[in-house]
Amino acid sequence: MGTITTEPAAPLLAVRGLRVEYEPGRAAVDGVDLDLKPGEIVALVGESGSGKTTLARSILGLLPATARIAAGSIDFDGTDLAGLTEKQLTRIRGRRIGLVPQDPGASLDPVRTIGSQVAEVFRLHRDGRRRTRRELRAEVIRLLTMVGIDRPEERLRQYPHELSGGLKQRVLIAIGFSLRPQVLIADEPTSALDVTVQRTVLEVFDRLAKEFGTAVVFVTHDLAVATDHADRIVVMRGGRIREDRAVAEILSRPEDEYTVRLLAEAAPARAAAPAASAEEGGPAPAFALEARGLVKVFGRGGIEHRAVDAVSFGVRPGTTFSLVGESGSGKSTTARMLMRLLDPTEGSVLVDGRDVTGLDGRGKRDLWRTLQLVYQNPDSALDPRLRIRDIIAEPLLNFGLGDRAARRERVAELLEQVNLPDHAAAARPMELSGGQRQRVAIARALALGAKALVLDEALSALDVLTQAQILALLQELQRELKLTYLFISHDLHVVERISDQVGVMRGGRLVETGPTAGIFGDPQHEYTRLLLDSNPGHRLRGLAGATNH
Amino acid sequence: MGRYVALRIGQALLVVWLAYTVIFLAVQLLPGDPVTIFLSTDAAVDQATIDNMKRQYGYDQPLPVQYFAQLGGLLHGDVGYSLASGEPVAARIGGVIGSTLALALSAFATAVGLALAVVAAATLTRSAALRKLLTNLPPLFAAVPVFWLGLVLLELLSIRWGVMSLFPDGSFLSLAVPVFVLGVHVSAPIAQVLLKSIDTVYNQPFIDVLRAKGASAAWIFFHHALKNAAGPAATITGITVGTLLAGSVITETVFARSGLGAVVLQAVTTQDVPLVQGLVLLTATVFVAVNLLVDLLYPLLDPRILKSNGQGSPRALGV
Repeated sequence: MGTITTEPAAPLLAVRGLRVEYEPGRAAVDGVDLDLKPGEIVALVGESGSGKTTLARSILGLLPATARIAAGSIDFDGTDLAGLTEKQLTRIRGRRIGLVPQDPGASLDPVRTIGSQVAEVFRLHRDGRRRTRRELRAEVIRLLTMVGIDRPEERLRQYPHELSGGLKQRVLIAIGFSLRPQVLIADEPTSALDVTVQRTVLEVFDRLAKEFGTAVVFVTHDLAVATDHADRIVVMRGGRIREDRAVAEILSRPEDEYTVRLLAEAAPARAAAPAASAEEGGPAPAFALEARGLVKVFGRGGIEHRAVDAVSFGVRPGTTFSLVGESGSGKSTTARMLMRLLDPTEGSVLVDGRDVTGLDGRGKRDLWRTLQLVYQNPDSALDPRLRIRDIIAEPLLNFGLGDRAARRERVAELLEQVNLPDHAAAARPMELSGGQRQRVAIARALALGAKALVLDEALSALDVLTQAQILALLQELQRELKLTYLFISHDLHVVERISDQVGVMRGGRLVETGPTAGIFGDPQHEYTRLLLDSNPGHRLRGLAGATNH
Repeated sequence: MGRYVALRIGQALLVVWLAYTVIFLAVQLLPGDPVTIFLSTDAAVDQATIDNMKRQYGYDQPLPVQYFAQLGGLLHGDVGYSLASGEPVAARIGGVIGSTLALALSAFATAVGLALAVVAAATLTRSAALRKLLTNLPPLFAAVPVFWLGLVLLELLSIRWGVMSLFPDGSFLSLAVPVFVLGVHVSAPIAQVLLKSIDTVYNQPFIDVLRAKGASAAWIFFHHALKNAAGPAATITGITVGTLLAGSVITETVFARSGLGAVVLQAVTTQDVPLVQGLVLLTATVFVAVNLLVDLLYPLLDPRILKSNGQGSPRALGV
């Protein structure tokens, strides 16, 4: 790529000075220029609210009703998409510009068969000759085979709910590529999928884009995924483009300060394992949390399903144990049994060496003073009608602890511990950012003086930089308060940074446990290797390895 | 599928049986037996006549015998005899039900058509003002009482303009106007629920995917949104049967049509208990039958229904 081409290929798509407003004066996309050459894969990277999705959607003319293109143009092969009517757009969408959406689970019509939804594209765009039913069927089967769907004849008659997330995303990819569009918008196409599924789906995607010479705008918040699949990376923030360069250049010589931070978070130089884990010699301390032979069977009779099967592990006080695995691996069920929110079919749970498996209502309430949960989604875990101070004080009120003044004091103390400003106390959840909301959830979990926290995907809903801040907070709290964490996650980057010990789960079984460095550096189980191998960011890691030695 | 159908039919039969039992028990709670109540409006009746009539209608038997005798009669389509006319209740109802059915079914078809038209227009129009107007129609329809609209139309059409006869004369208007009045009222809840569930459907990501496929607004509405939104609307449609029957009685009274309305009114005013019993049982049966139909239709609208039972996922338990 060293030579300077005298005549650069004419861009297929040229966005010029685009400004999109949700309300007058407040731009989500502000003065953006973007070029896309035929067959090029460009990744749009940024946090939520950076304007990357708005930019991608305006190319498709799929902005929500409240949004408006205030200025600029989107030139596509000689026509300005920004000036087209809805009717003119329907002739371009699907045929010349396609979409692979974010959430495969909700992106197919639940009450129509897979076959009819793939065939629909051909019914909507009747180019040239009419296809007979038989031809249409053959075409759909060919498309499904192309994206690697097994038994396509059978799938035709199935409904979306009968397919896994990965298969649904393959169907959507088949739909996106069906009329061989010149441009494909991929809006976070795999963020809802497990890493191993994500990898196979993206492989299909890459292969088809190359085969058909499709130019792709790949929207993602995951820089690791972006660097693995794109030719060029466009970093967005606050509605503007901060940096727009080829992957190799941006990795080796990032210019923008924001890009540098994103890169640093996406490829952490192996974080020093928290010092607290060092054994002080002498007899090994008892486990703060222990699972012994936990089994959970759902359903009965013929449809019995062993969600968790003979899982045993222990977490030493003041350390972090992470359970990793794909959805359906049983990690959340294990966590819920440890929390005593769910009764195990077999096995026992020990907290501070005490068997708590048999506790009933009252006993459980006492248990929850020391053992608390922080849930994945801070948006739904906080009552939107309450003020922050009432949310944090609620556990105190439930247990009848302290008078008004004491509670107020405790709330102030907790807010300080999670680094939230005093004035946040009077706010309501909607007025806070995602990261701040998760801080509130952590403060609430600590209100009763919990010694152990179960963090169920507690960082998954947050942006990379916010994740890093919450991680730092969790580590600080662990040091100060000697907290024990059971951390549930599918995100290996995060797990690697926070954990002392890691357990890998698959199909309800704990296939491998060990110290973090061991699991990541020298995985023993085949599945652990597959999981690590699927983890995006190969180019980033390769680069980090090259510069760090 | 077979299991689902059998289960629903079984449940429906159970509900009808329970309805019969409740009605039977309710009659027993009345002070005095049906014959005594019926004849109490007539001052000059001697005890012998009452006893005689009680024997004739079987009200002198012990309760369990009455219960099972009436239940057995039901299975043969025998709902007992009217005290006022001595006719079988089934014949009394059967004689007038045709006219009511014609009114109710036409009104029902009108209601569904009207609801669909309002929702389709509100969803597909590009004018925000028109959309606002249309989405406000269903609450208005619900707020207007059947008798009021009926009287207003009678006043205008018959008395002011004289284009319609005050009494049913078999002309088009004399059926169309009552049908319209009842249809408007019944369409309100259907349209409201359909609007709401269409709204929910349009907020789902698959609508954007359809637009990205190049589907037009009308295509999305008729090929996808409507079927997705039909479930809740079908449920409410089943429930409106009650409104439909009650509305029929009122409409018939306002427009002086013969039909079930007149029979209900007469049965209640003369305290003809067997006839009331028969009418209540008929209403319950119609209600159950329509809702059974909706239940059986549901899996055709939404294939997820049949799959949803069993298999407890930990996520479904909701932490």
